[in-house]
Amino acid sequence: MTKQQVWLLVIGTCLVFVIWLLEFNMGKIQEEVTKTGTTETRSMLLNIGPSHPAMHGIVRIVAELDGETIVGADVEIGYLHRAFEKMCETGPYNNAIPYTDRLNYVSPLINNVGYCMAVEKLLGIEVTERCKYIRVIMSEISRISDHLTCIGASAMELGAFTVFLYMIKAREYLWELIEKVTGARLTISYTRVGGVKGDLPQQFKEDTAAAFKQTREVLKECDQLLTRNRIFVDRMKDVGVISKEDAISYGVTGPFLRSTGIDYDVRKAQPYLVYDRIDFDIPVGENGDNLDRYMVRMEEMEQSMRIVEKALERLPGGSILVDDQGHEMPAAFMVDEAKMGRTAGFKERIVRMDPTLEGSSGSHHPAVNAPEKKVVLPAKEDTYGNIEGLMDHFKLVMVGHGIRPPKGEAYFPVEGANGELGFYVVSDGSDRPYRVRVRPPCFPIMAALSKILVGDMMADMVPTFGSVNMIGGELDR
Amino acid sequence: MNLSELLTQKFPHDVLATHRYRGDDTVILKKERLLEAARVLKEDPALDFNFLMDLTCVDYLVFEKSPSTAPSTATPSPLPFFMKPKSDPKGEIWERPEGAQTRFEVIYHFYSLSKNHRLRLKVPVEEKSPEVASLTSLWASADWFEREVWDMYGIVFKGHPNLKRILLYEEFIGHPLRKDYPVNKRQPLIGPVN
Repeated sequence: MTKQQVWLLVIGTCLVFVIWLLEFNMGKIQEEVTKTGTTETRSMLLNIGPSHPAMHGIVRIVAELDGETIVGADVEIGYLHRAFEKMCETGPYNNAIPYTDRLNYVSPLINNVGYCMAVEKLLGIEVTERCKYIRVIMSEISRISDHLTCIGASAMELGAFTVFLYMIKAREYLWELIEKVTGARLTISYTRVGGVKGDLPQQFKEDTAAAFKQTREVLKECDQLLTRNRIFVDRMKDVGVISKEDAISYGVTGPFLRSTGIDYDVRKAQPYLVYDRIDFDIPVGENGDNLDRYMVRMEEMEQSMRIVEKALERLPGGSILVDDQGHEMPAAFMVDEAKMGRTAGFKERIVRMDPTLEGSSGSHHPAVNAPEKKVVLPAKEDTYGNIEGLMDHFKLVMVGHGIRPPKGEAYFPVEGANGELGFYVVSDGSDRPYRVRVRPPCFPIMAALSKILVGDMMADMVPTFGSVNMIGGELDR
Repeated sequence: MNLSELLTQKFPHDVLATHRYRGDDTVILKKERLLEAARVLKEDPALDFNFLMDLTCVDYLVFEKSPSTAPSTATPSPLPFFMKPKSDPKGEIWERPEGAQTRFEVIYHFYSLSKNHRLRLKVPVEEKSPEVASLTSLWASADWFEREVWDMYGIVFKGHPNLKRILLYEEFIGHPLRKDYPVNKRQPLIGPVN
């Protein structure tokens, strides 16, 4: 035998031994399995977030998986906590308004309105008719942009990227409208306690009509792309189901609650502003699944547009320029006419100019602000033009002065895009709110999320979470 | 009969005070009977509060003593005579009732879907033993709301299944919405290196 043959023999024997060892052990394992009757199985923990593209904002979900089925979910929030409530206590009442913008950064106008109305309730004052209509119009435009974002993002996560782009395009039309009114797109800080910053600009009605026309086209396109799309419907239907009882017990409100078939909407149940005078419908679903939530949101956008159109029709306050026939006319034309001395035919109406960013100018200031000297800043013409206006202004803006509601407390709910948005304000008679509490609409929904997810597949987590429309700003405050 | 009268009838010895301010019905209740009263609120057909809309807390430590934002020593700085409200626009006066002026008040906002009414329930809590019964057995929404109040105010909810911090991290020391927690205090989780 050569050396090589010896080596081959040794290696061969070793291999046989190893194979025998393996088989022996396998047999032992087999024996154990037959003894206990089961293999050891463990569910897998999957950590999603806090920073993950499908988790809009920052939230962490620790899912317990059995294969692909979710058997448990732990939702962890708080990554965006910015001490909103504590900061509100440190400054005057109007200082909290920019903070409220950043609560729900997709529909900040509704937050503005909610906070101001809570303080106004505490003060016991009421805003003017025109201001009420303006607040309704702006809130509804925000609601549409919120729903567009929510549906667009959920559709994108299911692969419909086109829909996302279309909806963001439509949101752009609305944000342009908002920009024309408030001067900003996102952090708008439009309302003030006792009124709004400025009146609606000229041509607003026409601009809105044009923007809504384009938005409707987009919605029609998206509806065709999604509503009867087999892939989309299969992913959404019977997924993320919540029962009526659970939804009520968890305090879920808004489109999420309405998808289960309960028609609770603060705008109808306890109308504020002018919602009781405007005719609109509340869409409800049946199954409480993702598809119903999508349907409810799609229909709500149409209803919101209806509300805005009706409110614009009825907008009171004599702010349009009209000739003796009652026809609207542009300001430049009116100036030209007046230069030639042809003023006799003009009706006695308040002339409206574009709102300035410093505040509303004198002519339309009383139309959009409550006649409360101790609450509302005077028109800029008065501040710069006469001593009473100047004193009035400084008594409101100087530190230690400002708005001082009497001792008391008030809770004011408005219908946010995600549900009931409540502000609870306590005053101790000083110039700062003693306590500001926000009831964020997506907080209870996120609490219910761990229950909703259980039983669904791993891949269903994304559309379900998308339909919650979690907004980190208001959830974590 | 309004809501607060109904509740007073059921718990004559435990309702400390009731009032209606700016259209909000409020009942102030002893904390010992909170769970029973909550059960009545939920199950009585005349009340039928199926929603616990909101749950929060107020720390009354510096109520009416909070310093003005003005840098002067006179706090709060007085309002000039021509801006002083002559009277309340609605003729209502709000006072904290005698005998219920504890440091904390846990505040519940209930809503009834069928009756479409709201009620605010306030429970005074002493500073020495900040404990209240948990309502998690009646409303699932109490779970996270109570965790938040524990996080922010350090009120212990007895019977809560999972009372841990929700918005802040476990290592956080103190309860930041208490009035004696300085607003500019910092507790970075990751400290400076050395």
